[in-house]
Amino acid sequence: MDDLYREVIIDRYKNPHQRGELDPHDYSYKDDNPLCGDEIRIDLRVDGENKVTEAVFSGQGCAISIASADLLVESIVGKNLDEIKGLAKEDILELLGIELGPVRLKCALLSLKVLKAGVYGMESIEEELK
Amino acid sequence: MKPEPISKSIDVDLIRADFPILQRETSPGVPLVYLDNAATSQKPLSVIEAMNAYYRKYNSNVHRGIHTLSEEATVAYEKARARIAEFIGASSWQEIVFTRNATEAFNLLAHSWGRTKLTRGDRILLTEMEHHANIVPWQMLAAELEVILDFVPISEDGKLNLEQYRVLLGKGPKLVGFTQMSNVLGTINPVKEMTTLAHEAGAIVVVDGAQSVPHMPVNVVEDDVDFLAFSSHKMLGPTGIGVLYGKKDLLAEMPPFLGGGDMIKRVELTGFTTNEAPYKFEAGTPAIAEAIGLGVAIDYLDSLGMESVRAHEREMVTYAMERLEEVPGVVVLGPKAEARGGVTSFTFQGAHPHDVAQVLDEYGIAVRAGHHCAMPVHQRFGVLATTRASYYIYNTTSEVDSLIEALYRVQELFG
Repeated sequence: MDDLYREVIIDRYKNPHQRGELDPHDYSYKDDNPLCGDEIRIDLRVDGENKVTEAVFSGQGCAISIASADLLVESIVGKNLDEIKGLAKEDILELLGIELGPVRLKCALLSLKVLKAGVYGMESIEEELK
Repeated sequence: MKPEPISKSIDVDLIRADFPILQRETSPGVPLVYLDNAATSQKPLSVIEAMNAYYRKYNSNVHRGIHTLSEEATVAYEKARARIAEFIGASSWQEIVFTRNATEAFNLLAHSWGRTKLTRGDRILLTEMEHHANIVPWQMLAAELEVILDFVPISEDGKLNLEQYRVLLGKGPKLVGFTQMSNVLGTINPVKEMTTLAHEAGAIVVVDGAQSVPHMPVNVVEDDVDFLAFSSHKMLGPTGIGVLYGKKDLLAEMPPFLGGGDMIKRVELTGFTTNEAPYKFEAGTPAIAEAIGLGVAIDYLDSLGMESVRAHEREMVTYAMERLEEVPGVVVLGPKAEARGGVTSFTFQGAHPHDVAQVLDEYGIAVRAGHHCAMPVHQRFGVLATTRASYYIYNTTSEVDSLIEALYRVQELFG
């Protein structure tokens, strides 16, 4: 457990670096895990080359889901949307620095799900506008 | 006058020796502290062995075979049904319908009773403290038949608001459904009083006994309930089998649930005639080993006495409430100890229930985190989820002490 609740996770949970909302934003998406009552929203701003300039999250959840959201949005600043699409489960676990069983994995991956759903959603809107 | 039930105190050490799983460790040197009994109970050796014996010695189908094995299986299966009838005070084995679980019992009722007895605009009265199993089947029925659902609100003290119950009965519901004991708040509802009022209002009463039948004396005739649903696996028995009790005349009026073998008298290509209750609700080969296991689980509970089971849990929950309230940041939902069964659901300031449960798991303590299949109760109290510790015959106050100690560790991490 003292592995699972590494200092960085507890710290990010109690004092996240990237908590907030962006208004206006280029992108905002929210999803929840009703089974746990976790809810994560991620807001992004991107530049002309689809590179993320600002990224924040809001919502509520357990230490694992909040810490992973905080670390994730922090890590994508400066990345372009294609790189974000390439993010996988392993990247989240690497950010957290822990291993998780199937139940808690869902908590850790909620923010990635939100991020990807949003990025793909934004792209499909762009497709429509072409 | 009925004699007062004798409540002897139970010997927890002796009981624990009957449950092989309680001897295990969750990791080296960390013994299991099982406090997730409201989700499912552990099984004594006698239940495991009875099910084993069926498969080893007389496995065969029931009701249809003339051979020795089938005779033995049929006798054992029907003996279990009779034991269940006796255990809940039913007047006949014919009032005991086997289902897969309590959830299926509610679905059977909604499907079979609901569809034939209700029409558009009729009302069903439920409560805010119901498990999803006693909400969703009625919501599905409501969508299909356009019947209206009302809900008795929960008061601030975690009990049902009986004033509002009376008011809502005034709307003339055809069916009233409520739990005898909340799986989140632990609240024990006054079944007899509520049933009498419902009957006076002309309603049929269905009681969710999933949390009450395993933990306290329940008597369907004394309480005059029309239907009672409960599950085997929460009362020392196996998963995969549950019970719907129904008054004989009500079951007789109901059409079958699923179609197939066992539920028919005869079948021709042009149609079928229905078997009698309870068989008309039991299509196909039933869960035979599970029924036998449930019968033996009831023998086990009976040997302790349900008054004694209740007394032990009252002691456990009183102690647990006291100790939980000591921990800074812990808030227990629901009524005072004397009005509840062996369930304590709580929030922890600054820590999500998942995190609480995870930390507790490191100490071998099994609790449940989430909404416990009762989201409306959580909404009522404005919380997303809770951590629930629930107690049974084999739990000890020193296990509660372990829980409290681990909660102090949660507080160190998250407080």
